[in-house]
Amino acid sequence: MIIRREAIEHILKYINDESIIVSTTGMISREIFSTKDRPSNFYMIGSMGLLSSLGLGLALLNKDKHIYIIEGDGSSLMSLGTLPLITYESPINLTHIILDNEAYESTGSQKSISNKISIANIAKACGYTNVTQINDKFTLDKYLKNLNEFNGPNFLNIKTSIEKNKNIPRINLSPTDITDRFKKYINE
Amino acid sequence: MNSLNLDPKRFWKTIKKLGYKNFAGVPDSSFGNAYQFMIDDHEIKYIPAIREDVAIGIASASHISNSKGGIILQNSGLGNLVNPLTSFNLIYKIPVLMIIGWRGYGGRSNDAPEHWIMGEETTNILDIFGIPWRSFENNNYEIIEELTEKIDELSIPGALIIPPGSFI
Repeated sequence: MIIRREAIEHILKYINDESIIVSTTGMISREIFSTKDRPSNFYMIGSMGLLSSLGLGLALLNKDKHIYIIEGDGSSLMSLGTLPLITYESPINLTHIILDNEAYESTGSQKSISNKISIANIAKACGYTNVTQINDKFTLDKYLKNLNEFNGPNFLNIKTSIEKNKNIPRINLSPTDITDRFKKYINE
Repeated sequence: MNSLNLDPKRFWKTIKKLGYKNFAGVPDSSFGNAYQFMIDDHEIKYIPAIREDVAIGIASASHISNSKGGIILQNSGLGNLVNPLTSFNLIYKIPVLMIIGWRGYGGRSNDAPEHWIMGEETTNILDIFGIPWRSFENNNYEIIEELTEKIDELSIPGALIIPPGSFI
């Protein structure tokens, strides 16, 4: 198991500046924001479950860029139907990352169902090109180093622990700031 | 049933001219031949979205990629859009053209029980959220442009409502 903040730090270290990151509601976006805010980050602060469809849309429209969807187990389980839709469309420039702590951490760490149900196996059944289950930092680093950005859709399920730090800063951008900044980034 | 004799070809031509070429959605019988017209039109990219909320997620990528996106759905699917609209599109100011089939149109005797309540409340739900809408109750194509102007002005989603049987 990896501390989620460390998993996010490792991921952000390897992602190119031009690549797009879309991240889900709750602590994940807040941690990405406080670890490395970048103009090509799009934080979805609400609408749990909607992220992966936005990421799919972005991947289909911006074929020259790599899109990283970063969400939790709860968020991906909420919109499980999007997984086969992603593989149906099969954008090669997409990596779908689940930070799987088996809990709804942002609402008080209530258990989800991914302690018994393997989201990676679901992704495999849906037909992602590469499906990887990661349980430690060493394997995560190795995976990220060797990631071929245009050979997807890739699926990465990372087992993370419940975060002890409850004082992760909130995102100090308004929703329209997030929209405007991202549009400007795409335009450049 | 309506008989407006809308021409699917003219309908999609108008929509494409206004810049909407990326669509996602879930089919509805209210669209009649206009659905297949869209599928066969190579200028329109359509994603069969499996759910209406997924459709609006995909279509929202268009605006933030500096393009225009739309969705198609039956009004029963408006329920699945409540959360994306209130927690995403309306607060991020991300417009989407929503083409909605109006099942239950014109009263309970016109449709099956599952369409009664949503048929009566479709426009009220849109009004609650301040979402602009137009419906094809008169055979005039101008409402499409009126609506997209409103969508651009407010930078939020807007609904074009299609009663069953509107298309030839």
